[in-house]
Amino acid sequence: MSFNNLDTLYRQVIMDHYKNPRNKGELSDSVTVDMNNPTCGDRIHLTLDVQDGIVQDAKFDGEGCSISMASASMMTQVIKGQPVEKAMKLSEVFSDMMLGKEYDDSIDLGDIEALQGVAKFPARIKCATLSWKAMEKGIGNQSE
Amino acid sequence: MNIQEIRRQFPILDQEVNGHPLVYLDSAATSQKPLSVIQALEEYYKGYNSNVHRGVHTLGTRATDGYEGAREKVRKFINASSTEEVIFMRGTTTAINTVAQSYGMANVSEGDEIVITHMEHHSNIIPWQQLAKATGATLKYVPLQEDGTLSLDDVRETITSNTKIVSIMMVSNVLGTMNPIKEITKIAHGNGAVMVVDGAQAAPHMKVDVQDLDCDFFAFSGHKMGGPTGIGVLYGKKKLLNNMEPIEFGGEMIDFVGLQESTWKELPWKFEGGTPIIAGAIGLGAAIDFLNDIGLDEIEKYEHHLAAYAMDKLSEVEGLTIYGPKDPQKRAGLVTFNLDDVHPHDLATVLDSEGIAIRAGHHCAQPLMKWLNVSSTARASFYLYNTEEEIDRLASGLVKTKEYFSDVF
Repeated sequence: MSFNNLDTLYRQVIMDHYKNPRNKGELSDSVTVDMNNPTCGDRIHLTLDVQDGIVQDAKFDGEGCSISMASASMMTQVIKGQPVEKAMKLSEVFSDMMLGKEYDDSIDLGDIEALQGVAKFPARIKCATLSWKAMEKGIGNQSE
Repeated sequence: MNIQEIRRQFPILDQEVNGHPLVYLDSAATSQKPLSVIQALEEYYKGYNSNVHRGVHTLGTRATDGYEGAREKVRKFINASSTEEVIFMRGTTTAINTVAQSYGMANVSEGDEIVITHMEHHSNIIPWQQLAKATGATLKYVPLQEDGTLSLDDVRETITSNTKIVSIMMVSNVLGTMNPIKEITKIAHGNGAVMVVDGAQAAPHMKVDVQDLDCDFFAFSGHKMGGPTGIGVLYGKKKLLNNMEPIEFGGEMIDFVGLQESTWKELPWKFEGGTPIIAGAIGLGAAIDFLNDIGLDEIEKYEHHLAAYAMDKLSEVEGLTIYGPKDPQKRAGLVTFNLDDVHPHDLATVLDSEGIAIRAGHHCAQPLMKWLNVSSTARASFYLYNTEEEIDRLASGLVKTKEYFSDVF
């Protein structure tokens, strides 16, 4: 049995983030977003410390499959220390990547690039975008 | 039962998915459709598509005969005493919602109780939550035994003289548990409550006799028994239905319409507002013919065999946790499980890459997931067209999934 195709989905770096999630936990006195994927039960609890237009810190908690949890871990890693506009831009780039569209590759995506393969598994795209949607909502709420 | 002959009736099964022959183990979500059902739909649309109960023309009469003929097939299938008791609806969800909104709103008030169980599907939870909220009634849950069955003592303890409605699934879509509906109905009736049965996972797989069960309402869906999506049935006892108000108003269901007042048609049509699901009903009739030709007793026996075979094979897979009754005789043809710490979605993706279709998630039973203390599970569900070889492929797929994830970690 060959799982070659699967290897484009389950990249080593993804499994590493799944097994050793970065920024797992909860920030106090911060923007809080709870979001779930009602079709499958994945859920994320995201806390963001946004000050002076910059994401100072980000932590997540939750439960879900390797793709959703790894994506949350990578997302918090990449947005930390970034201006809010940059975080939103990254989210847009990520969304394009998931939809298999051409995306702006002038931005350093870091580990996130490993999630490219998800685009070939339509049933799993929602897993990968959950934490990004939560982040967008959190920043949206914060700026209101 | 000649499985190869049966499989030839389901052309969809004969295909490759991701380079492997398809193994379809998701029939509890929706079953595949036999040729005879697909042909019945085609014949209807090609030959006699027309609206029912109104046109004086010939096609209208043929469509009406087809639609009402399907109702008689359903009546026989569940042994209702009259076609007046067989109402066509979109599916189990709509049927239960209709009972909650029509019977429930008229008969439940503050201080009353509605009793369900911890294993119910969302479609047999939320309609009652909404009814309880609207009326001030209390929604009570019968607890589950360790093995995912109900104890009649618990049922007796939960149902009281304040209980107005008891609504329980006949077969669990997650645990495979077969509930003692006949006994529970007696307890409900002894306390003056009506008994509603969610038959979605029962009607496709075993003989159902609503008169023998003595339940007051019985709901099921066509698409889980070889029929098309969008058609289902609400059975209700005539004396109850007669006193119930429709919840949908419009064409088709009226007797006389005045400027300020209208009156309804007699049963069953007063509950079928709007142009009915004509093709769906005809397709469901064809599905019933197909199942009857094989025999529901035969189907049930074969699925028990598959369940026992699967329990046996899967228990050999190291790290696999199976939920629900361990005794295969006590469970219907489905197995719900988790594999070590591999998330069910990851598991389902790997199996899919092997052409094996299973369900992963909460199976529309979040309270049950909470009771099981898991966020989601994987489920393989069987129907009359599945084979032992397919279960073997599931088992080896699971072993390889385990190996795959231990490699990539």
